[in-house]
Amino acid sequence: MVPTPYYLLLAAVLFAIGAGGVMLRRNTLVILMCVELMMNAVNLTFVAFSHELNDMTGQVFVFMIMTVAAVEAAIGLAILVELYRLTRSVNIDEFNSLKG
Amino acid sequence: MEIYLFFLFGGIAVVGALAMVFNKNAVHSALFLLLTLVMIAGLYVLLNAQFIAVAQIMVYAGAIVVLILFVVMLLGAELGESIPRWLTLRNSVMVLLALVFLTVSGTAVYDWLYSTQPITGTVTDEVIARQGSVQLVGESLFTQFLLPFELASILLLVGIIGVVVLGGWRLVQHRQRGE
Repeated sequence: MVPTPYYLLLAAVLFAIGAGGVMLRRNTLVILMCVELMMNAVNLTFVAFSHELNDMTGQVFVFMIMTVAAVEAAIGLAILVELYRLTRSVNIDEFNSLKG
Repeated sequence: MEIYLFFLFGGIAVVGALAMVFNKNAVHSALFLLLTLVMIAGLYVLLNAQFIAVAQIMVYAGAIVVLILFVVMLLGAELGESIPRWLTLRNSVMVLLALVFLTVSGTAVYDWLYSTQPITGTVTDEVIARQGSVQLVGESLFTQFLLPFELASILLLVGIIGVVVLGGWRLVQHRQRGE
């Protein structure tokens, strides 16, 4: 039996790595991957609490988050392909045409 | 036994996440992300959520990582960073911010550890062992959470339409102009 705070701390570490990656990396594809990692950390927290509190609601929430993650990946990658057609680059510093 | 498996899965997950962030090649990053996601699926099994573990592998490993890999290879975007300069002042501030995130979440965990809330749920490990994780998740998904379930299907539909419009609209216009 693993204590629940271990899972929560592991999820916090994974979330911090993801957040740091979003801010460190310039490659937009890697930034999208880091966002997925952050969502997974949140999912792990949900399932850990679901196990601790003996309640299924957390697992249903994880299902919803997975749906949102799939849609987000599809739309984000489609936008990225369009941006690549326009700028011939995936570096996020190149995407500054809304800067004014 | 269980705690050793936790440290094995968790350790590989953290190492994979770090390797994902600090790898210059985006294809390698995607493969390390896959490793981390599979390890998290193992943690779900340890948490007695077998259905979520299988869904994790199907949705993330089977769909999202494959999609990301396709786009990376299609765009030839393996090396998006021109010249990585890791140890600048700006990057140090970013790492500091990530650590602040970690500290805040850690404090929340610490507070939770010493709170004494009564546990009122009824789905204990014995109930899961008797009925199965799939049946229990399905039951609450189709009774208590029916409206969010339907809303999720609408969200997926909107996503499909959005991707088709974003990806195929220019092609349709081009074809019409060509005729």
